Formats: sequence, structure tokens, C-alpha cells
Amino acid sequence: MNNPEKTGGHNPASITTPKGAEAPDTSPDGSEQQVEPRITIAEDLLERPESAPGAVSGASAKLVTKDMHFFYGDFRALRNISIEIPENRVTAIIGPSGCGKSTLLRCFNRMNDSISGARLQGQVLFNNMDLYAPGVDPTEIRFRIGMVFQKPNPFPKTIYDNVAFGPRINGFKVDMDQLVEESLRRAALWDEVKGRLKDRALTLSGGQQQRLCIARTLAVQPEVILMDEPASALDPVATQAIEDLIRVLTQRYTIVIVTHNIQQAARISHRTIFMTMGDDRAGFVVETGETRQVFTVPKDERTEAFITGRFG
Amino acid sequence: MARNRRARRLSEGTIHTLLLLCALVSIITTVGIVVTLLTESVNFFRQVPVWDFISGTRWTPNFADQSFGVLPLIGGTLLVAVGASIVALPVGLATAIFLSEYAPDRLRRVLKPALEVLAGIPTVVYGYFALTFITPNFVRFLNPDAAVFNAFSAALVMGIMIIPMVSSLSEDAMAAVPRSLRDGAYALGANRLQVSLRIVVPAALSGIIASFILAISRAIGETMIVTIAAGAVPNLTANPFEGVQTMTAYIAQTSLGDTPQGSIEFLTIFAVAMTLFVITFLLNIVANLVVRRYREVY
Repeated sequence: MNNPEKTGGHNPASITTPKGAEAPDTSPDGSEQQVEPRITIAEDLLERPESAPGAVSGASAKLVTKDMHFFYGDFRALRNISIEIPENRVTAIIGPSGCGKSTLLRCFNRMNDSISGARLQGQVLFNNMDLYAPGVDPTEIRFRIGMVFQKPNPFPKTIYDNVAFGPRINGFKVDMDQLVEESLRRAALWDEVKGRLKDRALTLSGGQQQRLCIARTLAVQPEVILMDEPASALDPVATQAIEDLIRVLTQRYTIVIVTHNIQQAARISHRTIFMTMGDDRAGFVVETGETRQVFTVPKDERTEAFITGRFG
Repeated sequence: MARNRRARRLSEGTIHTLLLLCALVSIITTVGIVVTLLTESVNFFRQVPVWDFISGTRWTPNFADQSFGVLPLIGGTLLVAVGASIVALPVGLATAIFLSEYAPDRLRRVLKPALEVLAGIPTVVYGYFALTFITPNFVRFLNPDAAVFNAFSAALVMGIMIIPMVSSLSEDAMAAVPRSLRDGAYALGANRLQVSLRIVVPAALSGIIASFILAISRAIGETMIVTIAAGAVPNLTANPFEGVQTMTAYIAQTSLGDTPQGSIEFLTIFAVAMTLFVITFLLNIVANLVVRRYREVY
């Protein structure tokens, strides 16, 4: 990790002030991590996430789904999803292939909108605002709820332009050089690329590309970051770097991560949502809870079977 | 067994030779054209100094007072080609963006072939459309003093004709841009126009420029529309409402006339054709350089 203290020294709200940049302050929860997030970054790295006191019960829900169903045409992909995503925590969504984890994730930033025939029933609330209410602008949502994809997808531009892309299209009036540096630092990539910001992003390694994609997302100062198997295309060393990064990012951001890797979910998440699918192939939630609880004393035998590797 | 295998090897060889011959047809033809152009042009330039040809501003090979300055023909060609490009490139690119980024699948499946029908209309039809409809109804409306034969209507109609060439090829290039790039931009809060202009178009730029070059080459080489609608008077002008003669129109006119073979008038055809060839060739080289410079590899 590069120099987290220095990174933490800058207040993002001082560079740009998109709405919600001070998300931690709005939390009613008084846990230590949230009061002094900028100084405790390094210590947090040493801490097991589960050891955070009152991790979930006290934290307010950033994202909530209520009786949500999702359809691709006539096919019901998700059935009756009612979950809460706590603020400033890492929530992992695990489950067997094809159970709708990614579909669920993409409901949170309306990335399913562009799929013809896609339809959502029920409610998805973000800061208690219905994301699917008429008149809601999906681009505004995606600007506040960022997303990192399974395969690194840097734009075929320079490293600098990749990070500056989001701020530019959203009309940020800022010192762009500073914002780019800040974002790359937070994504733990600055030290590796500071001498070659004008190089093409595709000259980076896979792991660097993925961290660049995270930096790109951080540059627009989102409140939530959705990650769709962000390390599945990476080697173990790069995966380690991404996991370290996720732990640090929890200080400021609410993170929802879909992963195929059960150990990864156990390592980095505070809360775990276990999904599976029924005979009609519709995905549904079996169990949600503290990661430690879900992994040590699962309430449902299907969860236990999945975690212990007996199915999926 | 052994005989069977030998027979098969023999037929493989035959097919190989046949396919090679087919490939050679186009190569041999090209070489033949270039050689003919070169030898006849050399004959022409034995009688007319190259510099007089390139820099002269009067083209009057059929008059008693012969003059072989090719600039009026080049000027006419460029005037029409530039006019056609002004119409076709933006409209074609906008059409491609619409087809690739905005149109729902079903609409695209109808619209794209419908557009390509435009390219299938015989050019002679376009020529008469320009002369008998566009000139009296549209060009004269813009400028009542416009000549009956004018560069404007030829350029406009030719532009419309090459729109599908630009839109179809550009759309292919844009459709080849990976969906993951669009997703990445949408996930940052980009709207459709921003994704189109800042991600898709730059990523597809080499294909888009290739389509531009092809369209411009087509405009430069197009003969029938300009022969019918643009006039037959070599005229060095930048005014699109005047009549002009393009290089292609001159070649068509002279080839159809009773020009005696071997005469200097006859040889002008090859000199002009050679000029045309060199111009399109240079255009292709420039295009390649541009593409290499601005290409965004993904």
C-alpha cells in the first residue's frame, strides 16, 4: 500500500463537493471508524473487519430493496428480494453461478435499464429515495453509485484521461490534476503510474487496470461502489492488492461486492448475503447476516452446504 | 487407400490453383490498368510539359487554341467532392451513431438495409434527379441565378448517395466496440450522447475514417451524376452555383466523342485518369497515416 496517511490527509469534499461526499457524517451510528475515518486507515488494515463494534445493527441502511422482483421478458430472474445494505460496510453477495447475483447488483445502479425486456417490480431505495420512481435520472444514480466490473475495462485512452473521464462528463469544476492524483492514490495505484500518466491505460497489467477502474470510479466521489467479481480475472497478488484496497475504501464508501470466491467474502466483508435459485431458475435470498455468523453458524442448511463446498 | 489419398491430394492442388487464379484476376487487372495509364501518359507528356499540365488554368484540348492546364478539372472535382463530403460525412456519422447507440434492435434491423438501398440506386437516376428536381426546386430557390448545370446540385445528390457508405461502415466499426467500454462509461454517470461521442466514436475512429476515405474516393471517382448535372465546361471556380467539369466527366465526354485514337486529345484521357489515380492514391496514404495516429486500440 502506498502512503495511506498522505491520502487520507485530503478531504475529498474540499476538492469537489458533489452531494453526499460527507456521507459518513450523516450516519447516526457513532462507531469509531466513522468518526475518524481519515486517520485510522492504516490501523484498519490490521483489523479484522468483523471486529468493528456494532458493525451492522447500528449502521443505517444505504440501499434497501423491498419485495423486489426482476424479469428478463417473461423470465423471472430474481424473486422477492428484501435486503438492506448497511452504510460504510462491505456487503458480499455469494451464491452459485446463475443465481442472479450480478443481476441484483446491477439493479442498484439501474445498469439493467439498457437490456430490452428488463423489468423490475417492487422498490429499491437509496438513501430512502426510490431509484425506480418515475422521473429519476439513471445517470444521476450511476454518478452516485459507482460500479467496478468483472473484467477490467479501462477506456482506450491515457491513464490520466481514464480517471478524468467521470469528473469531466459530470462537469466538475476542479483542479483536475489534483483530483486525478488523489483518486489514483486512494486506489493504491499512484506510486506505480505517477511517472507515466500520459501512457495508454492498456499498457498496465490486469491488476493495475482494475485498480485504475476503481480510481476512475472514486474520481466522481460516489457514495456506494458496486463490485462485480472485481478480482476474478486477476492473479493472487493482484487480488490481494484489490482486497487490501477494499478494506481501506470502507472508510468512506459503502461497498457491495459479488464474488464467486467464498474465502474472499469471508476475508473482506462485514455482511454476507447468500443467494440461490429455485427450480424455475429465479434467484432468491436464503440468508443474510454478519459475515462471521453466516460463515460459522449459518441458519439455513443450504447456506452451510454452499459454504462448506457441498454444492454450488 | 493410397490411390484415394493421392486423388484427394490432386484435387486439393487443383482447387488451390483455381483459387489462386481468381485472386490473380484482380491483381493482373490492376497492374494492366496502371501500365496502360503510365505508357499512354508518358506519350502525352512527351508533347505537353508536365508543369504546364499541372499548373495551367485553361483546359481547352478541343479548341483550335489548345491548352492543357488540368487545374479547372481538378478544381471541379474537388468542388463537387468537398460539397458531397460536407453533406455525407456528418449526416452519415450521425446516422451511424443513431443506428449503433440509440436505435432499438428492431428499428436498426429495418433501417440499415433500407439505407443501403440508397446505394443501390443507379447513379444515372441520381444524375437526372439532381438536374430535373434538385436544381429547379431547391438550388434555384437558394440562388435564382444558379446555372442549369451547377456543382451544387451534383454535390448535394452525390452526398446523399454516399451517406449509406459512411453510415454502414461506421456503424460496423462502432458495433465492434466492446460493450464493456460502454458499460464502464454508463457506470460513471455518462449519458448516451457522452458515451457515443467520447467512448464509442474515438474507439471506432479508424473504421470511421476508413469509411470517410472510401466515401470521398467514391465522390471523386463518381462519373454519371456530375456528367449529367454539373456541366461540361471546364471552369476553375469556387462558386458552387456555376457549372464545372470534373475529371471523370471529361473522361466520359471525350471517350464517347469521335476523338481519333493516338491524337493528343485522345491521350488527354490517360493523363487525366493518371492524375485521378494519383490523387486517390495519395488520399489513401494520408488516411492510413491519420488512422495510425488517432487509433484507439482496445
